[in-house]
Amino acid sequence: MKIETVKNSIGREVPVLVPGLGEFVPFAGPYARLGGDYAWTPRLFPRKVAAPSTDKVAESLEEAIRRSGLESGMTISFHHHMRNGDSLVCMVLSLLEKMGIRNITLAPSSLGDCHDCVADMVRKGVVTRLNTSGVRGEVGRAISGGRFEVPVMIRSHGGRARAIEEGSLHIHAAFLAAPACDRLGNFTGSSGKTACGSMGYAMVDARYADHVIAVTDNLVEYPLAPRISVPQYLVDQVAVVDSIGDPSKIATGATRVTRDPVQLRIAELAFGLIRASGMLKNGCSFQTGGGGPSLAVARYVREYMKEKAVRGSYCIGGITGYMADMLREGLFTALFDVQSFDAAVTTSMADNPYHMEVDVSCYANPFNKGCLVNDLDVVVLAALDVDADFNVDVLTGHDGILRGASGGHSDTAAGAKLSVITIPSMRNGVPSIRERVQTVVTPGETVDAIVTERGIAINPRREDLRSAALDAGLPVKDIRQLKAEIEKITGIPDEVKFSGEIVGLVEYRDGTIIDTIRKVL
Amino acid sequence: MNRIDGRPRRSLLYIPGNNPGMIQNCAIYGSDGVLLDLEDSISITEKDAARKLVKHALKTLDFGSVERVVRINGRDTPFFERDLGEIIPARPDAVRIPKIDSPDDVRAADDIITRLEEENGMEKGSVRIHAMLETARAIVNASAIAMSSPRILGLTIGGQDLAADLGIKITREGLEMLYARSAVVLAAKAAGLLAFDTVYTDIDDLEGLREQAAMSVGLGFSGKAAIHPSQIAVIHEAFRPEEKDVRKAERIVRGAREAEERGLGVVAVDGRMVDAPVVAQAQRTLELARLAGMEVEAE
Repeated sequence: MKIETVKNSIGREVPVLVPGLGEFVPFAGPYARLGGDYAWTPRLFPRKVAAPSTDKVAESLEEAIRRSGLESGMTISFHHHMRNGDSLVCMVLSLLEKMGIRNITLAPSSLGDCHDCVADMVRKGVVTRLNTSGVRGEVGRAISGGRFEVPVMIRSHGGRARAIEEGSLHIHAAFLAAPACDRLGNFTGSSGKTACGSMGYAMVDARYADHVIAVTDNLVEYPLAPRISVPQYLVDQVAVVDSIGDPSKIATGATRVTRDPVQLRIAELAFGLIRASGMLKNGCSFQTGGGGPSLAVARYVREYMKEKAVRGSYCIGGITGYMADMLREGLFTALFDVQSFDAAVTTSMADNPYHMEVDVSCYANPFNKGCLVNDLDVVVLAALDVDADFNVDVLTGHDGILRGASGGHSDTAAGAKLSVITIPSMRNGVPSIRERVQTVVTPGETVDAIVTERGIAINPRREDLRSAALDAGLPVKDIRQLKAEIEKITGIPDEVKFSGEIVGLVEYRDGTIIDTIRKVL
Repeated sequence: MNRIDGRPRRSLLYIPGNNPGMIQNCAIYGSDGVLLDLEDSISITEKDAARKLVKHALKTLDFGSVERVVRINGRDTPFFERDLGEIIPARPDAVRIPKIDSPDDVRAADDIITRLEEENGMEKGSVRIHAMLETARAIVNASAIAMSSPRILGLTIGGQDLAADLGIKITREGLEMLYARSAVVLAAKAAGLLAFDTVYTDIDDLEGLREQAAMSVGLGFSGKAAIHPSQIAVIHEAFRPEEKDVRKAERIVRGAREAEERGLGVVAVDGRMVDAPVVAQAQRTLELARLAGMEVEAE
């Protein structure tokens, strides 16, 4: 499909009109719509009044789909709290295929390695459009190979919540995997054999979807107690199936701090920078992920806070058992948990009232009246590639193929006072600092520093941080100097060849288009 | 003549010579030096490949301030001369030679290195030797070995091989190696050289390493080898002087400087006489404190 484009404020060619998807506004800066004057009008959709019921349990999932009124061409959603253990997406899509429902817009909060079935459903015409935070495996190859009818829409977690609340992402039916659910549809992720912790993504879908089906393999006595994540008044039907997921892939066990010396070096430098920034003091707030050097950064932070008797205010985000331990040790007052990363978290959330479950709008929606990321002091983020303008790509790999997730990356980077990107200087001999990243997810304006094992590059906008880091004896380098040092070892790889065809749109958290994904030749 | 420069050598990290992924990161592990290994960690079939890789790494990679030492294969192997022949022209800072049993072993290496330095237009004596003592005979000959060539920078002990030669088992506490360790330290120091301790092989037992590294420092070793990057910080911590010793060293060094400025031959600190070796030790303490990132009063 040939689409007319214009250059947005960071020089990326983006469309203003996509046949079949509608009109778009080009990205104009991370805070362009956040000055206090921008107004939005929610789109309204009619809702059916459900007949009073004392038992919402459907005969079968298929029957629930039939009763939901779902038709070809509609939009369905899922949450990704079951991580790589999810079996619901594939289960529902096969039923739709069997029932002859086609042309579905699939709008999960994200997709993972376990969702290769989606690529198959695209081939069969069951799914023709996709809205997601991330994709991996076959689905990524299908998108980059141009197999979707219209470009897929990639949104950040906060951006998705915003789009749902606005109505620009209108969900006809939400299929929400429910590890523990009662007959009237109260459900939670904190108990049951497929327990997955927080239900932060599901909460928003449940509130805004026209029709909500809780799908469970663990129907409990009414009322579900003591914790209800999604209450019955938001749920239309309950469907009971044999299994909603594979527990061994949902809860991946306690996340371990890496032993990789490169990752540890990155973590050491990232921590050094955070310490030098002066932000690790009483009342500080913090977010870090579970992968790569992130947890190792958390370990340094933990040791430092203990040694200096610092008591932080809160941690947010994807929460690991490690953060739960820090809460228990009194290093923070509270955790706000939108998504739990490992098994240890589930117990913490169930037992500790200071470990709070929050929905994704509360976490990161830039258009509500105060999301958590806006008050965040420090965030440590990973990346696939970065560039000389500090832009970050967390979506496309070195081969140009879509294989990542936008996640909360751009939300937290924009909100936090200090956003630190940790990234190995090279992966498999390919340098990670590019002249220009393939796909901008997080604009350089919201990134304060890039930390590699070979040195730290600090955004020229942050002269204060640069001098603090230099005073602390950290190896601060100009980003181009660091890039050149790395390229001395790796060389400069050939550019990936793309056709002009747009196969994906990357929406910034405020609803504007920050970049596009092109078809790989 | 003091042949030891002031370079820090608290930790020396072994890197398998056939692992490009690790070699390219030599500058970032945080050790004072690296031991690019062509010997025990390299199987017979990989010897040539490792030698070539290390040679090119020395020629092309930036090691920053990290000292570059190559552990070659011993004189008793067919690789000894080939290793020297390819590695010396790539200008490492030093070679670590295993299985040094007698002064003859050192002289044999010295002759070859001298010839290679001449042929390649290198400064004579620029590549130093770490003599590795790994047999009972070597320990008995330690002093003669230490005195055998001005090219030697330091002596080191090869724990595993020595244990095998002695027919003993290495324990966590390491008492069985106490005499050998002390003998190596004494012989090295008597010749004005450095002494490097052997590795702690259990990479999962950082507590055991901590205890052994403390013993190494206590016995007088100048540095200790590491076989995993996670061991480096623990070794450095063992070399970190105590705060009160640093403050005392500052007073001694300051006292010595003031005495010198006033033309006094005698230094008194805290009401006590201090002589030259004590001043030298105080300077060493301050150097270790600086390396450990402690605040040291500017001189």
